[in-house]
Amino acid sequence: MALLQIAEPGQSAAPHQHRLAAGIDLGTTNSLVATVRSTQAETLPDMEGRHILPSVVRYSSDNVEVGEAARLAAPSDPLNTISSAKRLIGRAIGDLKSIGDELPYEFISADSAVPRIRTVAGDVTPIEVSAEILKVLGQRAVDSLGGELSGVVITVPAYFDDAQRQATKDAARLAGLHVFRLLNEPTAAAVAYGLDRGADGVHAIYDLGGGTFDVSILRLNKGVFEVMATGGDSSLGGDDFDDAVAAWLLEQAGLSADVDRGTLRHVLDRARAAKEALAGSETVEVEIDLPQGGSWHGSLSREQLDSLIDLLIRKTINTCRRVLRDAGVSADEIEDVVMVGGSTRNLRVREKVAELFGREPLVDIDPDRVVAIGAAIQADVLAGNKPGDEMLLLDVNPLSLGVETMGGLTEKIIPRNTTIPVARAQEFTTFKDGQSAMAIHVVQGERELVADCRSLARFELRGIPPMVAGAARIRVTFAVDADGLLQVEAREQTSGVSASVEVKPSYGLTDDEVMDMLQASIDHAQGDMVARRLVEETVEARRVIEALTAALATDGDELLSTEERKVVDDALGNLAAIADQSKDPKIVEAAIKQLEKDCEFYVERRMNSGIRKAMAGHRVDEFASQEDPEAK
Amino acid sequence: MVDFSQNHFELFGMPISFTLDADSLAARYRALQKIVHPDRYAASGEQSRRLSLQHATLVNEAYHTLKDPLCRAQYLLALKTGESSGGQATLSDPEFLMRQMDLRETLAEIPDADNVQEKLVTLMQEIEKLIKAEIACLAIQFEESTPEQLLAAAQSVQKMQFLNKLRNEAETIEDDLEKDY
Repeated sequence: MALLQIAEPGQSAAPHQHRLAAGIDLGTTNSLVATVRSTQAETLPDMEGRHILPSVVRYSSDNVEVGEAARLAAPSDPLNTISSAKRLIGRAIGDLKSIGDELPYEFISADSAVPRIRTVAGDVTPIEVSAEILKVLGQRAVDSLGGELSGVVITVPAYFDDAQRQATKDAARLAGLHVFRLLNEPTAAAVAYGLDRGADGVHAIYDLGGGTFDVSILRLNKGVFEVMATGGDSSLGGDDFDDAVAAWLLEQAGLSADVDRGTLRHVLDRARAAKEALAGSETVEVEIDLPQGGSWHGSLSREQLDSLIDLLIRKTINTCRRVLRDAGVSADEIEDVVMVGGSTRNLRVREKVAELFGREPLVDIDPDRVVAIGAAIQADVLAGNKPGDEMLLLDVNPLSLGVETMGGLTEKIIPRNTTIPVARAQEFTTFKDGQSAMAIHVVQGERELVADCRSLARFELRGIPPMVAGAARIRVTFAVDADGLLQVEAREQTSGVSASVEVKPSYGLTDDEVMDMLQASIDHAQGDMVARRLVEETVEARRVIEALTAALATDGDELLSTEERKVVDDALGNLAAIADQSKDPKIVEAAIKQLEKDCEFYVERRMNSGIRKAMAGHRVDEFASQEDPEAK
Repeated sequence: MVDFSQNHFELFGMPISFTLDADSLAARYRALQKIVHPDRYAASGEQSRRLSLQHATLVNEAYHTLKDPLCRAQYLLALKTGESSGGQATLSDPEFLMRQMDLRETLAEIPDADNVQEKLVTLMQEIEKLIKAEIACLAIQFEESTPEQLLAAAQSVQKMQFLNKLRNEAETIEDDLEKDY
C-alpha cells in the first residue's frame, strides 16, 4: 500500500506524530523561547538554567556573543554591543531621529534604506542583530527538544507596522527558522491567560515592555479569541522610564546630558536599578561614579519617580481610552485586565490602569514569560499537534492602510482594527487626458495628510491605454495576510494592465540583500547554500506529506472515489520518493508543486465540505423559524 | 475554489433579510473561521495555505458586510436591484437636508466651544438616535421590498452614509481632545 512507503522512519510521519514547535518572544530588553511538552507550555532555560536571554548582541572581530555576557560587556564596549535592535528594526535612518533615542551607536547610511551600525565585525543591520538572538533561541529549543523544529511562532508588538513585521520575518529567515506565524504579543498573552482560566467574555491586555506599548481588547468565546481593537505605541516602554530617571540623575549629579557614552550607560544602569528597587521600597539610595573621578550619592523617592514617569503613563492610558472606543465597549464591560511586560511591575502603572478600568489588574502570571508561553501554545496548534482543537485566534490590523491621492491626502482602503486576513479594493482614475502611468504611494497611519503617515512603498502602474481624464478605471487592491503583511495590486480594468508589489523594498531588505546575508552567514559556518536549500525543501516536502496523510486518514474515504484516491496516493508516493532521494532542492520544490497541483481538487473539496458541515450543524441548533429554505 | 456564486447570506446559511440575529451570525462566523482560517493550514503546503487565505478573507468580508447595518443595507440593495452601488441616488428629503446642514454646523462649532466634551457627547447621542431611526426604516423597507420601498431604502442608505461620516468626524475630534489632555 502506497501509504506504507511514505511512513518509513526518518522520512515521514504517522498522522499523529508530535511535531516540534516553539514560541519565541523577541523582546526589546529580554527574549525567551517556550514550547509545549506533555500538554504543558514552559519556557526553556539555557545550560546555566537561565530562562531569560537579554536581547543584547556583542560583535567582536572573531566572535558574536548574545545574552548575558554581551549585556555585561555593554558599558565597556558600547559601540559593538547592540541592545535595542527591536527599536530599530523595520525603520529607516530618518525614523531613528524621530524616535528621539540617545542611541550610542554609529549609524552609517548605505545604498540600502536599512540603517547599518558600524562594529568591529563590520556593518550590521538591526535585522541581522535580531537574527543572532533568534538563532540562539532556536538552537536552545532544538537542544532541549532533541530534534529539528518544524516551525516557530514569533511574537511582535500588536502595534508593529508592516515594515517592522516584514523585518522580523526577514530576521527569522536569516536565523534559519520557519515561521508559522507572527503573533501579536497581547494576543499571545491572552492565549496563555485565557486557556489557563477558560474565561469567556471581554478582556483587556495592557502590555508595557521595555520599548513598546500595546493594548488589546479581546472577546473570548469557546476557544475563539477575537481581537476587537488594538492600539499602542511602538516606541514607548520601560526604557523611556529609565531615560527619564537617568536624565534626572544626571541633573542631580551635576552632569551634562552629553557625557561620554560609557558614563551614560552607567547612569542608565543605575537608573534602571533604582526604578526596579522602588517596586519594593519607598526610597532608594543611588551612587554614580563620576567621569572625572569620585562619586555622587543621592536618593530617589517613589514620589519623585512617579512624577518623572506620569506623563509617559498618561500616554498609555489615553491609548487605552481610544482602543475601548474602537472596540465599542466601555471600561466597565471589561471582565479582566491582564498585565503583561516587565514594566507593569511598576506600581504607578498598576495604579493608573486600575483607576481607568475600575478594577485591580491581574498580575499573577509572570509578566516576563506569559507572551512566550502563549506563543508556544499557538505554535503547538499551528504545527497540527492538536487536531480537533477549538482554539482559534482572529486578529486585526493595528493601523489604517491607504494610498495617497491628489493634494497629499490619504485615502484609507483598510481601516484600523479590521479583522485579518482581509482584502479590500477601491477604484481610482486618471486626472489628465492620455495619462499612461499612475504612481501608487502606499501609506499606513491614521492622519489625513500623507506627510503625517508612514510611507510603506511606492510603485507605478504603466501602460494605461490613452483615454480622456477620468475614463480609466484603476482598481487598487490591498490584501493583508494572517501575519499582518500587506500586498498591493493595481489593475486598469478596461485593458487589464496590472502591477503589484509585496510591500517590502522601501524600508525592508530587498530579497537580494537577504540572500547575500544568508550566503555570508553560511560561508561563516562553512556550510553550503545548496545543502541548506535542500534541507528546507525536504522539510517542506515532509510537512506537505504529513498534512495530506493526516487529511486522508480523516476523510479520504468519505470524499474521494477509488480512482481519485489513487491519484492522491500516487502523487504522495511520488513526492516521498523524490524527497527521500533527490539531492537537488529545485527538483524537490518542483515535486511539491506537482503534488499540490494534483491534489488541489481534494484540498478544495475538504474545505467546502467543512464549511457545509459547520453550517449544517448550526441549522440543527437553531429554531426552524429562523431558517429560510429558499436561502439555502 | 471559493464558491463566489454564493452570496454572503448563503455562505453563512442565513435567510436573505435585513433583519438578522447578530448572535447567530457571530456564531456562524466563528464556526466558519474554525474551518477555513490560515492557522488551520499553517503546517500544510503552500497551496492549501493560499486556498485557506482566500476562504478566510471572503468569510471576513462577508461577516463585516452582514454585521454592519449600513454595509448590509448597501449589499442587500445591490442584491435586490442588481445595481452594484446604491450611491447614485440623490437625496430628495428636504427635511433631512435641513437637518444635515444643522448637524454640520453644530459639529463645525464644537472645537471652539467652551464645553467641547459635553457638546460632543450631545451631538454623538443625536447622531446615534438618527442612525437607529434609519435602521428601523430599512427593516420595514426591505421587509416589503417593493420597487417603491427599495427606492426609499436607497434614500435611507444615503442618510446613513452621511450620519456615519459625521460620526467619524466627531470621533476624530474626540481623539484629538484626548491627545491634548
